[in-house]
Amino acid sequence: MQRQYSYRQLFFSVYKKDVLLAFRQRSEIINPLLFFLIVISLFPLGIGPEPQLLTRMAPGIIWVAALLSTMLGLDKIFRDDYQDGSLEQLLMSPYPTSLIVVAKITAHWSVTGLPLVLFSPMFGLLLNLDANSMQAAVVTLLIGTPLLSLIGAIGAGLTVGLQKGGILLSLLVLPLYIPVLIFATSAIDTSAMSLDYTAQLAILGAMLAVGLVLAPFAVSSALKVSIS
Amino acid sequence: MWKWLHPYAKAQTAYRLCNILLPYFAMIAVLSLIVGWVWGLGFAPADYQQKDSYRIIFIHVPSAILSMGAYSSMAIAAFIALVWQLKNAELAVIAIAPVGAAVTLIALITGAAWGKPMWGAWWVWDARLTTELILLFLYLGVISLYNAFEDKGSAGRASCILALVGSINLPIIHFSVEWWNTLHQGATITKFDGSAIDPSMFWPLMVNILAFSAFVGTVVLIRLKNEILLCEKHRPWVRDLVKSQTQNVTSEIGDNNAV
Repeated sequence: MQRQYSYRQLFFSVYKKDVLLAFRQRSEIINPLLFFLIVISLFPLGIGPEPQLLTRMAPGIIWVAALLSTMLGLDKIFRDDYQDGSLEQLLMSPYPTSLIVVAKITAHWSVTGLPLVLFSPMFGLLLNLDANSMQAAVVTLLIGTPLLSLIGAIGAGLTVGLQKGGILLSLLVLPLYIPVLIFATSAIDTSAMSLDYTAQLAILGAMLAVGLVLAPFAVSSALKVSIS
Repeated sequence: MWKWLHPYAKAQTAYRLCNILLPYFAMIAVLSLIVGWVWGLGFAPADYQQKDSYRIIFIHVPSAILSMGAYSSMAIAAFIALVWQLKNAELAVIAIAPVGAAVTLIALITGAAWGKPMWGAWWVWDARLTTELILLFLYLGVISLYNAFEDKGSAGRASCILALVGSINLPIIHFSVEWWNTLHQGATITKFDGSAIDPSMFWPLMVNILAFSAFVGTVVLIRLKNEILLCEKHRPWVRDLVKSQTQNVTSEIGDNNAV
């Protein structure tokens, strides 16, 4: 079969379609943010509003809330396309599946991860973070959330063919998120003691690089299993 | 080597190999379990600091080693299943997963029972304990993903992918005690400058590790046999096998009745 589009065009057309769909349905962008805000506001209610306590717990709270709110949109990455049959058509096209997958993951990240990164300073203020840790929180979220989308897409690809994939998805994906959580919160903790946290950032970056290279292949083989 | 391995891609040959291996594994497991437990729990000297409560090491350490060993063998089987598309390797993944989960649970429970007298708490959020708990979740994820699919063919492949992806957590579990200096002690047995454990405790521990490996091997073989039979139940060789075995049973019943 002849290829009509270049890889770049393919990437951007898939990406544009997904982002456009999300923007037409605003709730998809706003809901994860609202969820993030609600989870964060639950913690002061649950553990008490002392500012020192909140400052101490803030890195963990922000990151756990980020994990949970990216989980929300994860099921959506492939589900809609799977149900209307376009996913099957995409897989049958003569283009590499992993490229299509990367485009879809990037779209998912720009819709759920990026707003989170942009709004995180505000959430940091709510939790009484100082400027230093705030900066670390933004940077770790910037490196970490794409990784969350990449890892999560593997789980989404595995469960897309299942009727009740949602709960199973969280069981599959959350254990895989834990390394990200560990290094990200350790980076923010280190920055709170005004120490150098580039080591943790480097590890996160390395994980992102490995994820970016390997996850699309895992996702495309998972999709092929789910479709067949 | 490929010529030698090839026949085992066929279910019937693999089943026969399981049958051949099973008695050896079972025998080693039973013998070394008896020797290891009697030696370790009864005769090995008591620790000068922990007294007799250290003896849980003879169950805790082998099961912890096997929890990771089972996962790595599961990941290797998953890799083989995905790359060479071998159905038997998929079945092996399914056979190993619940056994690995059980061993992980044993390691966690005995660890908790050991932690209570030594650290004063059943559970601490220590790096090693936490990562071991994550390992349990990985096993449970593989099992529940397999059960979620109705079509067992795609179920096997899906859980292979998950098992392989999850194997990135193995080095994190292994090095957790070195990267985070927490309550759980570091590697004691395998150090380059010799073991940090006395020979009178080291040897019973080794016997127990061997016993647990053989035991896990036995259970996996039995489960693998079952999985092969379930997967191939419509094939003539399975039908013949079942027929020959039920005939034996019915003829025995008939003999008893005659007597």
